[in-house]
Amino acid sequence: MTRTFGRLLLVLVTLAAAAAPALAPHAPSRQFPDHLNAPPMRVRLVDAEDRWHAPFVYPWRLVDRLASQYQEDRSRRVPVRWLTGGRLWSADPDAGPLLLLGADRLGRDVFSRLLYGARASVGVALLGTLGALLIGALVGGLAGYAGGLTDDVAMQIADFVLLLPAVYVVLALRAALPLVLDAGDLFLLLTALFAFVGWPMAARGVRAIVATERRREYAEAARSLGAGHARLLLRHLLPAARGFLAVQATLLVPAFILAEATLSFVGLGFGEPTPSWGTMLREAGSNVRDLAVFPWLLSPAAGIVGVALAVHLGTAGRTSTQLIGAARHDR
Amino acid sequence: MIAYAVRRLVFALTLVFLVSSAGLMLVGLAPGDVTDELFATGVSAETIARERARLGLDRPLVEQYAAWLGRVSRLDLGTSLRYQRPVRDLLAERIGFTATLGAAALLLATAIGLPLGVLAGSRRGWLPRIVRATSITVLSVPPLISALLFALLAARTGWFPVSGFTPAPAGAGWLAAASNLAWHLTLPTLALALPFAATIERLQADATVSALGEPHILAARGRGMSDARLVWRHSLKPALRPVAAIYGIVIGTLFSGSFAVEFVSGWPGLGRLMYDALTSRDIYLAAGCAAAGSLFLAVGTIVSDVALASLDPRLRRQSS
Repeated sequence: MTRTFGRLLLVLVTLAAAAAPALAPHAPSRQFPDHLNAPPMRVRLVDAEDRWHAPFVYPWRLVDRLASQYQEDRSRRVPVRWLTGGRLWSADPDAGPLLLLGADRLGRDVFSRLLYGARASVGVALLGTLGALLIGALVGGLAGYAGGLTDDVAMQIADFVLLLPAVYVVLALRAALPLVLDAGDLFLLLTALFAFVGWPMAARGVRAIVATERRREYAEAARSLGAGHARLLLRHLLPAARGFLAVQATLLVPAFILAEATLSFVGLGFGEPTPSWGTMLREAGSNVRDLAVFPWLLSPAAGIVGVALAVHLGTAGRTSTQLIGAARHDR
Repeated sequence: MIAYAVRRLVFALTLVFLVSSAGLMLVGLAPGDVTDELFATGVSAETIARERARLGLDRPLVEQYAAWLGRVSRLDLGTSLRYQRPVRDLLAERIGFTATLGAAALLLATAIGLPLGVLAGSRRGWLPRIVRATSITVLSVPPLISALLFALLAARTGWFPVSGFTPAPAGAGWLAAASNLAWHLTLPTLALALPFAATIERLQADATVSALGEPHILAARGRGMSDARLVWRHSLKPALRPVAAIYGIVIGTLFSGSFAVEFVSGWPGLGRLMYDALTSRDIYLAAGCAAAGSLFLAVGTIVSDVALASLDPRLRRQSS
């Protein structure tokens, strides 16, 4: 049950990221100058006089601009508009913004940025995972199939990369490249870096699986029927590693989401104005005392924790650390 | 056994050498150098050229590397280009902070994770379920996030410092210094330790379950041995093996986690220094930090392997 729930959560986050333009009430960089640091609005069904209505919000009235203090304007209801202008929900632009998770210090809607940020964060993590698995399956498959020197060299390299703390490797490689890049280049660069630090784990596992499968009867049979090396490896042996690769994928995605967040947090990942969970956290963490007053700025943390939780539920709490430990143990 | 120890030592030294060389080369090859900051202050091109010549940055990288190697062989790690101080002194200042944070977090994580893991693995009913659910939740909160949450807590309550480290006033006595350290260390340690405590708890619980399923435990139970003795004496040692196996990895992960924690909570450790070295193109400092970091790693894996060998006699026979 919890496994299904975990996987469902993961699919939901991915879908939400894909459908961000339709789900977000506002454009991610749209600023509302009268709503700097405005708190989240509550979607209500019952008004101040105990009457029921379709979902609506009370708009914020600015009380003190310097201290960013707001008060609910109970005199007017702003109904939530459904399916207008290509967006699932929004508010009448004349009546002010719909701020489901409040606004940041530039007056941008945190909820919309969270959704658009998921595209950068989850997108880079998914592509990085795909890259890592492809390289891992290729190197591991070849090493396990060929054996001998190829195997030794490939696994030595994999062990070496595995030994280094991935965050520092990514950090060092990222810092060695031009510090200012545009969002598209950065997306590709991060994907490549994540694939580079992620492949050894996949390679080790695939190698072990291919090395055993290679000696099984079905592989012998395929070979004696005249299957070439490539066909044997790609069609017969690698499919045996599918389950392992799926587990790897679920472990790598949250690790890469965190890596993006860490890099962007220290200023080496995405930068303004691209929203990503890391850049949002950077903004939130840049002034911790503000954070105490405007805690909704930490919303992206919920995204990162949510994805990790989904994965841990899906894999029954086995972490990458444990799996590396197991790999080390097998040696 | 001696051959094994020598092999491990050679491996550790090779690792430190390779990683620090890679650090120097990587930062050396990166676009820009440490004098870039002077541009922003409007210093003339001549002065910058003179400064580069003084620092040796105008020579080819291979030459700079060779000169660095020569100095390193005399245990001189060079002078930081940015701070204009010996790299050795800078490292000595920062290593203590990272090591203290890491050691405190490791101790705390073990102290929380191990007993809970044994409990969760040996009992039935609601207790293991609660421990398991808590672990999986805590596991999902990485140090970056937990450090931010603790910073939020500190800012709201004022019980602990929000960030940074202020040393106790000189001459305040060791008790004041220790309590000052503890006061600053509490939140970063918790932020770093909690996910590890959860990892250790999960591992220990799984290992305890499988250790208690062994035939010799059943035999001991048949002879009338008490449950407590079974769990804490007879199954603990074999159950510790998988946990000890990940300690070498944990050092690496701890080090990565401590980078995020150091950044959020302003802890003046090695991670922050490494970041400064990388972004300001300080090649000697970057090499020094990489050396220090890989030394941590090498020591960690060796300690983990020694712990493993002491728990598992089979490994001792293999390695000797």
